[in-house]
Amino acid sequence: MKTIADLLHEHPFFRGLAESDLQFLASCGENCVYHKGDYLARENSQANHFFLIRSGRVAVETFVPHRGPLCLLTLRGGDIFGWSWLFPPYISAFDARALEDVRSLRLGGECLRNKCEQEPKLGFELMKRFARIATERLQSARIQLLDIYGPDHQGHTA
Amino acid sequence: MIPTVYRVSERSVEYPGTFTLKLEAENPEPDKLPMRFAPGQFNMLYAFGVGESAISFSGLGSDDGNLIHTIRAQGNVTRALERLKAGESLGVRGPFGIGWPLHATVGREVLIIAGGLGLAPLRPVIYAGLLGHLAAIRVRLFYGARRPSELLYREELAQWGQQLNLEISVDHGDGTWPGHIGVITDPLQAAQIDGANSVAFLCGPEIMMRFCIQVLLRKGVPASSIYLSMERNMKCAIGLCGHCQWGPNFICKDGPVFCYEDIRPWLQIRSL
Repeated sequence: MKTIADLLHEHPFFRGLAESDLQFLASCGENCVYHKGDYLARENSQANHFFLIRSGRVAVETFVPHRGPLCLLTLRGGDIFGWSWLFPPYISAFDARALEDVRSLRLGGECLRNKCEQEPKLGFELMKRFARIATERLQSARIQLLDIYGPDHQGHTA
Repeated sequence: MIPTVYRVSERSVEYPGTFTLKLEAENPEPDKLPMRFAPGQFNMLYAFGVGESAISFSGLGSDDGNLIHTIRAQGNVTRALERLKAGESLGVRGPFGIGWPLHATVGREVLIIAGGLGLAPLRPVIYAGLLGHLAAIRVRLFYGARRPSELLYREELAQWGQQLNLEISVDHGDGTWPGHIGVITDPLQAAQIDGANSVAFLCGPEIMMRFCIQVLLRKGVPASSIYLSMERNMKCAIGLCGHCQWGPNFICKDGPVFCYEDIRPWLQIRSL
């Protein structure tokens, strides 16, 4: 049976991290299964966890009155969800809903913060990884805002 | 070059404002061969009394000489083409331009990256891959669109998904959409790609191609193995009028398909 450290090792987010660091972080993690329709996180609720998605699809959504949930992004195996646990007030900005059965590793936010404080070198490495993903997501969101497939970007057809 | 008169034999709406025409020659000369074209080339379609528009081939070349073009109604000419009904006529000049370098696919993984209407000029390449004409190791299609209702060739996409590695991404969708919601660079970024042994064909909005090229370069795809189809305002289609001049190139004559390595400087000049 695989240990939490083994599962951390398999996930792209932790790729290349020293075995000793994975062992150090493993105590923060637990293996979780979410069924279709389950929420991994809810908007405006306590952001206590960082999720490593191992398989399955997750919708990142926000609720729009009179319209319902609006999907901003879908995530899948190899992706991560959640960085609201990093900063006060530790409140989730979005819903995360399983679109199918999802296997994930869930790491406690407070536990991770404490580990990063204890081992600043490891903490900085993790922050760099979060920053890179946050930057990629920001860039994606900006491209979405550009509406590149709309009529303003369709070239010069007469 | 005088246009040949063709007749619309079939017309289908892909989604509102975007349609596909199947054309057949109105009076084919018995001793004249049907039009032959290479994937990535284009025709000038002439809506009588309105004008011409450059439209890429989006079907297979066939012995019966039928032509297939997918068109978005955007300007006066394409709106006039949209109004054509089955049986009505239009003028056709072509084929023009330099198409996709299919010889570059031999023994390599082919990454076809299409955005929006950009799938149309790549469809002949997909057909070639499905028919085994490419001698490629594998063909993968990454297709980005605005929303599920604005996907081209939806029935074919379902079939292609069973025959080749297909990733569809929409910018906007709801939880019922089974593919990715986000931008096309996400699945491209997540894909395991043997960059050094891949060749990429891109067609779509220029800004989308620029972002995809950044991902491809990070994944080790050489600039010399990235090809993209460019679009500018084409008029004469034979490199004389200068409307489509882009740096030292005429899109109509030297393109529309270019190797990224050759045109990189021009992509970075904002006023071009």
